Amino acid sequence: MKNYDIVIVGGGPAGLAAAVSARDHGTDSILIIERDKELGGILNQCIHNGFGLHTFKEELTGPEYASRFIDQVLDRGIEYKLNTMVMDISTMEGSSDKKVTAMNRTDGMFEIQAKAVILAMGCRERSRGALNIPGYRPAGIFSAGTAQRLVNMEGYMPGREVVILGSGDIGLIMARRMTLEGAKVKVVAELMPYSGGLKRNIVQCLDDFDIPLKLSHTVIDIEGKERVEAVTIAEVGPDRKPIPGTEERYTCDTLLLSCGLIPENELSKSVGVEINPVTSGPVVNDSLETSIDGVFACGNVLHVHDLVDYVSQEAITAGKNAAAYVKNGAAADAKAVEILPVDGVRYTVPKFIRPTEMDDNLTVRFRVGDVYKNCAIATYFNDTLISKRKRPVMAPGEMEQVILSKSKLNEFPDLEKITIRIEQA
Amino acid sequence: MYDVAIIGAGVIGSAIARELSKYQASICVIEREEDVCNGTSKANSAIIHAGFDAKPGTLKAKLNVHGNEMMDKLSEDLDIPFKRNGSLVVCTKDQDRDGLMKLLEKGIANGVPDLKILERDELMQMEPNLSDDVECALYAPTGGIVCPFNMTIAFAENACDNGVSFFLNTEVLNIKKDDDHFCLETLHTDTKESEVFEAKIVINAAGVHSDEMNNMVSEHKLHITARRGEYFLLDKDAGSYVSCTVFQLPSKMGKGVLVSPTIHGNLLVGPTAEDVDSKDALNTTLDGLDSLGRTAALSVKNVPLRQVITSFAGLRAHEASDDFIIGEAEDVSGFINAAGIESPGLTSAPAIGEMVAGQVKEMLALMEKENFISTRKGVLHADTLSLEERNQLIKEHPEYGNIICRCEMISEGEILDAIHRPLGARSLDGVKRRTRAGMGRCQAGFCSPRTMEILQRELPMTMFDITKNGVGSNIVIGTNKEMR
Repeated sequence: MKNYDIVIVGGGPAGLAAAVSARDHGTDSILIIERDKELGGILNQCIHNGFGLHTFKEELTGPEYASRFIDQVLDRGIEYKLNTMVMDISTMEGSSDKKVTAMNRTDGMFEIQAKAVILAMGCRERSRGALNIPGYRPAGIFSAGTAQRLVNMEGYMPGREVVILGSGDIGLIMARRMTLEGAKVKVVAELMPYSGGLKRNIVQCLDDFDIPLKLSHTVIDIEGKERVEAVTIAEVGPDRKPIPGTEERYTCDTLLLSCGLIPENELSKSVGVEINPVTSGPVVNDSLETSIDGVFACGNVLHVHDLVDYVSQEAITAGKNAAAYVKNGAAADAKAVEILPVDGVRYTVPKFIRPTEMDDNLTVRFRVGDVYKNCAIATYFNDTLISKRKRPVMAPGEMEQVILSKSKLNEFPDLEKITIRIEQA
Repeated sequence: MYDVAIIGAGVIGSAIARELSKYQASICVIEREEDVCNGTSKANSAIIHAGFDAKPGTLKAKLNVHGNEMMDKLSEDLDIPFKRNGSLVVCTKDQDRDGLMKLLEKGIANGVPDLKILERDELMQMEPNLSDDVECALYAPTGGIVCPFNMTIAFAENACDNGVSFFLNTEVLNIKKDDDHFCLETLHTDTKESEVFEAKIVINAAGVHSDEMNNMVSEHKLHITARRGEYFLLDKDAGSYVSCTVFQLPSKMGKGVLVSPTIHGNLLVGPTAEDVDSKDALNTTLDGLDSLGRTAALSVKNVPLRQVITSFAGLRAHEASDDFIIGEAEDVSGFINAAGIESPGLTSAPAIGEMVAGQVKEMLALMEKENFISTRKGVLHADTLSLEERNQLIKEHPEYGNIICRCEMISEGEILDAIHRPLGARSLDGVKRRTRAGMGRCQAGFCSPRTMEILQRELPMTMFDITKNGVGSNIVIGTNKEMR
């Protein structure tokens, strides 16, 4: 069995930044395992610009953004294996190390002993089946990311006349992309009364191309036995059930789905990591360490992000803490305080904070459950209001954050809970 | 001129073909779809029924029980994934216990072994997720679950290995009786060319279309109604929610739905039952899917429907007489029906194969082959091997080290196997049914472009020829620049 200090599962933006950070914080022995034929992850198929405004202060395409981190990985001589699938992660008897089982064409199935593991597997798209859309099951129904790969990586067009269900960012980006390649995107239907994507994508990908966005609408029928022939959408009421009489039929040959992303935590579950049912990602503390000592998580496997810049920031934190774990071993038991997300805050990452162990400043990220205008994000330590920050607009499609300072936390020696909530401004 | 032409390559046509291939005869199977197992055989409950359901004395009762008995050996000979997980028919406190006792009596009359009534305490030990209203149940340990794709494909491949010719994408338009033989006028749905097949004996295993075939030659008209059943398939995470197949006691509310693990470890909920006008009405409906959760709750509580990964519909071939119609049409010698095969059709298929082949043997005085190949190996699933065996395999065939479907962990080696075996896969669904690539939680979102690449590399087809499931279901329609 080969030994590494840190094994990173996934060579997308999260895995790359985590590797660079772990190396810069003193860990030499690192292996990145990537299932695809190149590093970079899904960024490789995101050929539109708009990446990196926070990190590099310039607008990059997905592949450009990825290449900045790939270069850093290569400069540091960090080892990686491509075309390699991690099959299993398990704990080891008599050791705090982890056993990572992986497979590829040349090495076969092999095992690696790792002091620490960083989970960076990303997410998958919610499929037609998981959405319970009734109708036929012909060809021509694609998740937006699959269509994106076909168009941007392989150069094939999935269809000519398109209806899109869901206003997630990939769907919005693909509305523009398919239009630029000559397809007619007839409508984007969104179940919720608000978009699931970034405001800037609605403007740049739909409004600029006169593509209608129908909020509170869903697909209630798919026609076509061999290939999609038509799709019927209908308005939904507050209970999200279709309202009879509002049906509209669109002839089309393609239905793209952009209805949410699901963190891919099958491996995390195999090693016993506790999953937060709200995010479908691991429960982590301020180190981004999961419920299993020495297993860290970052990026979309932890919770689905809106911007890759935040993925990178989070991964840098995970890499740094994994390096510290390798150097110092498991942290001593320290008091952990839970962050309670209430009144519109759906969840927080991290969920637990150890005031004695944390960095001087800690970014807590979360999403809200509805659209809020002219409201504020309020933070309480026990029942004391610590901060209240006004936000003109908050929407579920965009992540929010609160920064907690160690010094402030340590003013509350009997701290039992931290509450983050949405309040009137 | 063929000795025998079988119309339909579903589980019934394929089982008959396999049985007949034991004899010295020239046999063809004519199938209008692009692959075997493409009608009712691919969309059903995937259950090997114990046999307590059918009325004693009917073909359904007899062939169900016999088919069930045959499964152990068949599963071994033909490498068909099969497990006797046991069946439960549950009775709730609002239901009539007599109904359950009647079912028990029917089962005993049909010759179903080891049936017993279990009371709530014992039941809850077996199945802790049964609904709070369940009072007792009929337990049939011989009930089982099977992979219906693999079962059909196994019959067809083994028949093919034994010399049966399969004509796919070939639709029978008309059948004429000509003295001592039949002329089957067909259309190749891909090339649009016509072809006439001649055969001494015709076997009608055309599923929901078997009435049309019969009615072309016989004055004894059949009437098949397509009875649609809608299903939910749940993630493997939910696969052990029940261990037995849990049926509901038929009641005023209807026949109820079953909740069952599948042989591959998913959870299946369904079917609804609704007569539909079209024999192509394979669509799911808002109402149908909506009702599944409610109905399932009568027997199993809190079925985790959030973990649904796909839904689908299948059509049962319901004949007005309510029994299987098997045997020579009274007024057309040499025309053998295997029609009206609805539930328990999958279970009965091996017995129907044996019965029909027996009739043909008599009619043509067929001799047994000396070199019949009785076994068949399915697609090798590398995860069934030990670490050493697997690494040896990867050393010899590195494709087995290359995972294509990450949800089901299916390698390129398995996909190549599925493509290059007899009656190999030619479409995404063909690959899926043979290997499970694309059948997992992402529903082929990640692997379909990669599987397409493999298909176009291995077969004389371009990316534009690759279909989801046969003629007209092409996945991509052009290259980027062509569209502008």
